[in-house]
Parts: sequence; C-alpha cells; structure tokens
Amino acid sequence: MGVLLVADVNGAALGRDATARALSALAGLGDVDVLVAGDGVAAAAAEAAALQGVSKVLVADDPAYARQLAEPVADLLAVLATGYSHVAAPATASAQNILPRLAGMLDVMVLTNVIQVVDADTFARPIYAGNAVETVKSTDAVKIFTLRTAKFTAAGAGGGAEVVPVPVAAKASASSAWVEDRIAVSERPELTAAKIVVSGGRALGSKENFALIEGLADKLGAAVGASRAAVDSGFAPNDWQVGQTGKNVAPDLYVAVGISGAIQHLAGMKDSKIIVAINKDEEAPIFKVADYGLVADLFEAVPEMTGAL
Amino acid sequence: MKIIVPVKRVIDYNVKARVKPDGSGVDLQNVKMSINPFDEIAVEEAVRLKEKGQATEVIVVSVGPAAAQETLRAALAIGADRAILVDPGREGDIEPLAVAKVLAAVVRAEAPGLVIAGKQAIDNDLGATAQMLAGLLGWPQATFASEVVIEGERVRVTREVDGGLQILSVALPAVISADLRLNEPRYASLPSIMKAKKKPLETRTAADLGVDAAPRLRTLRVAEPAARKAGIRVGSVAELVTKLKDEAGVI
Repeated sequence: MGVLLVADVNGAALGRDATARALSALAGLGDVDVLVAGDGVAAAAAEAAALQGVSKVLVADDPAYARQLAEPVADLLAVLATGYSHVAAPATASAQNILPRLAGMLDVMVLTNVIQVVDADTFARPIYAGNAVETVKSTDAVKIFTLRTAKFTAAGAGGGAEVVPVPVAAKASASSAWVEDRIAVSERPELTAAKIVVSGGRALGSKENFALIEGLADKLGAAVGASRAAVDSGFAPNDWQVGQTGKNVAPDLYVAVGISGAIQHLAGMKDSKIIVAINKDEEAPIFKVADYGLVADLFEAVPEMTGAL
Repeated sequence: MKIIVPVKRVIDYNVKARVKPDGSGVDLQNVKMSINPFDEIAVEEAVRLKEKGQATEVIVVSVGPAAAQETLRAALAIGADRAILVDPGREGDIEPLAVAKVLAAVVRAEAPGLVIAGKQAIDNDLGATAQMLAGLLGWPQATFASEVVIEGERVRVTREVDGGLQILSVALPAVISADLRLNEPRYASLPSIMKAKKKPLETRTAADLGVDAAPRLRTLRVAEPAARKAGIRVGSVAELVTKLKDEAGVI
C-alpha cells in the first residue's frame, strides 16, 4: 500500500529540510510517494524527486493549491488517500491545519507531532507539554499523522524518482478565500531547521532590546526564537515562539536569554543537544535543563558574548 | 447568529503532569483541573461578538464527565448563554474524532453560524477537533486565529502560520480555532459567577446523538520523557564561550 508524504511547500518552493527529514522518519514503512501540491511547483517536484528514498512524486500543480488552503488540499488528499496505508506530513502549521480535516473527512483519528514511528500501527508522541510521551496503536485502516522532524536526519539528494501529475481535477474552494500573507522575509536560517537558536524572553523588556538577541544570533549564524511571554508582550513576532503551542526545535545549541523556563517553553526546546541559559534569577527553572548556566544580567552578558565571538 | 464553543476540562495550565508509575497514563487524582486555556479564549471571543451585536446566543458544549459541569459553568460565567454537557458513555480522554462527531450532531440540531474552538487541548496536545469538525461538516475552516472580524456573510480571520500571518475570508457557517493572541479572557466577576449558576445546562449522551465514542487508538504506554542530565554553572561569559568551543564543540 505504501506511504503518501505530503511535502512542505512554501509559495512555490519545496520546504526541502522538513520534507527530507520526514522521509527519514518514515523509512521502514514501505514505498514513499511524495505529493507536491501548489501553483507553479514543477521545480519543487523535481527537487523532491531527487531526494533519497522517494518512490514517486505526485504533483498537483494548480492555482487552487497556491495558498495551501485546507479545503482544496484536503479534498485532493481524500481522493489520493485510498491508495495508501499511511498519509503523513512534517508538522508544519499548514499540515496541522490540513491533515486533521482530512482525517475527519475519512473517519480516521489523526495523530499530530509524532516523534517516533515504532511500527506500521504504533506511534510515539509527546503529551502534556512534553511532560509525558505516549505510545499508541492505531486501529484505523489508514494512518494519518504529522511528524516532528527536528530530531531526524534529512534524507540526502541523488535519488531519481519519476514525477507524475495527480489524476484528480483541482477544485478551488467556493467558501474559503485567501486575502493576504504577512510573512517576514529573513536572511536567518529557518527556526526549526537551524543548528543554533538564540531565544529571548520577557526580561528583554522591549522590542528594541530584542536587537541584542538578534545581534548574538547573527554572530552565531543562528535563528532567533522567543518565549511566549516575549511574543505576548509584543517584543517578538508570533512565528518566533518556541514551546508547547509554538515551534518545536532541537538544534545543536540553544541559547535561552532572559527566559525563566516555563514548562510550556521547555516543551519546545528540551531536545536541543546543548542548552545555554543566561538569566539573572539563579532560581529560574531554565537552569534545571541547561548544560551551561550563567547567572548574569543579560544586558551585560549578551553584548559581551557577541563581542567575544 | 448562534455561536457554538466546545470546551474541555483539562489539567490546570500551571500544574506539571506526572506520569503514573505503572505507565498507564498521567495521574489526575487530586490535581487541579480547569477550562482548557485555548477554549477560554474561544469563549471570550464568542462573547465579545455577542456584545458587539454580531451574535445572538453563545452555546458552550463539553464532552466529558459530570465534573465538566464546572468547566461549563466557568464558560457561562464569562458570558455564554447556555451549556450542553454530553456524556460520552466511557471514562478517560475522549478522542477528537469522537468529540468532533458529537459537535457535528449538536451543530446539526442548533444550526449555528460559527463554531469557535480552542486550537488545542493542553492535555493530549493533538490540536485536531476544530479541523475534524470542519471536515465532517464540509464547512470552511480558519485555524490558529489571532483576529476575527465578521463581515456580513463572511468572516475575516488572521491566522498565525509559519513565517508570520495569513489572512483568510471564509463564508459562514465556518469553524474557527483560537490561538493564544486572539484575546485576553476576562476574569469572571462574582455576580457573573453567581448568574452562571442559574443559566441552563442541558445533559445529553453521545448515544442519544448517534455517536459512538469508542477510541481508535489504544494507549500502549505513557512514559516520562528522557531526562536531561544536570549541567554546570559557569562564572563568566569568557568561560561560557570557551566551554562552548572546546568542551561542547558547538560553535
């Protein structure tokens, strides 16, 4: 039956890192076909076809899929899913939007944020803000799930899968219309794929002061993250939020600056290889998970660290 | 226009979940339970729409044990008008698919113009009910909402997505899921808590509604996540940089 992996597509570009990591997570479940849905995605489909471990690329190239709206993409997947034992996607905001809808349409229970595919029916995923990990066995005929990809190695290039158009006519949604995207363009690495992440918390005190975090991040070639408190206070944009309800990251180095370490924040970063905490409160819970803790005033320590690198 | 808001009784946001020694689940005995924070935001948004004259009635629905009456009363204290408690006919966490089917049955009976759900419950962290409901009903959906504006027969929703924000306009009836920054829920005043006790709360069963709440997933085990080993304190920035270079080798 095989696996249908829904590729991460941003605009017309393949989200290569997330898609390649998901491929590794799925290894062992059988042949993997990759769906590339979007508008003007021929190049993205070709890029996906070159990833190791892809059996076939299905391309759905139509303006109806341009914005990854849940309704047309779930309609497409509902037709395609009948030919597969598993439908999976990296756990992006887009997939978390689309796959549960698909599951509802197909009368299947969805699993989100899977961290381990144990076997064809059995999956592990964090619950309670990562304070527990449940291993569950699905009794559904088709398994529909999203994967947290941060801990998986990206599949390499060098594959040569065939690319075929999907045998399904696109149907634009009559009831859902895209109005506008307000997506920040950044030279920095993508948060969930970065090798180093520097995150700031409420202790930064203002949006202007967040420049300290950005300066350190740029020196390290890092992505910038933030705690919920910092985002809620307007110091950082929503898509920087790391935690239970934000991004899940597992970089080689995570530097938490002025972040107390609420369980909801730890849920999003405690799988990082090395964690550094800089905080002036020596009782802050972040120090319990930090490999290196520095009790210091961030307004002195961060510029000093940026200068020392 | 009626608005339906599903609410769930979950472990309180400030309580750290403890895994039971036998690995069968999380220990919820003698643990403080509250309304799921995202659901509280959803209730607040629905009540604000009613206060602006854009909705006529806010109905809160919970699928769960008798104790979920407290959760429904908390939602009524925020300003919802009436509540429906659906007994799933079984113990434990009810899967989003079953919850969505119950909600679909309630939606068919009540014919709301809008369903506003929390984007995820902080216990199972699945984040699926709203989208599943939209899929079951064939309604448009706008998830992870940080702003909701009713515009005649449509609703304009700003969504928190990877990389920033996306704005959609969806036709009513629709399903919306509430993200953290949609609003800041009010503190219910004592008079509104007292008033909530007198608001109607109807009890139904999933079986009445024609829904089989049997789970599709079997929990094999629940375990503590791998613990991190305790780290060290460094005395200065210079020492930190040296450790990161020479000991950890990450920069």
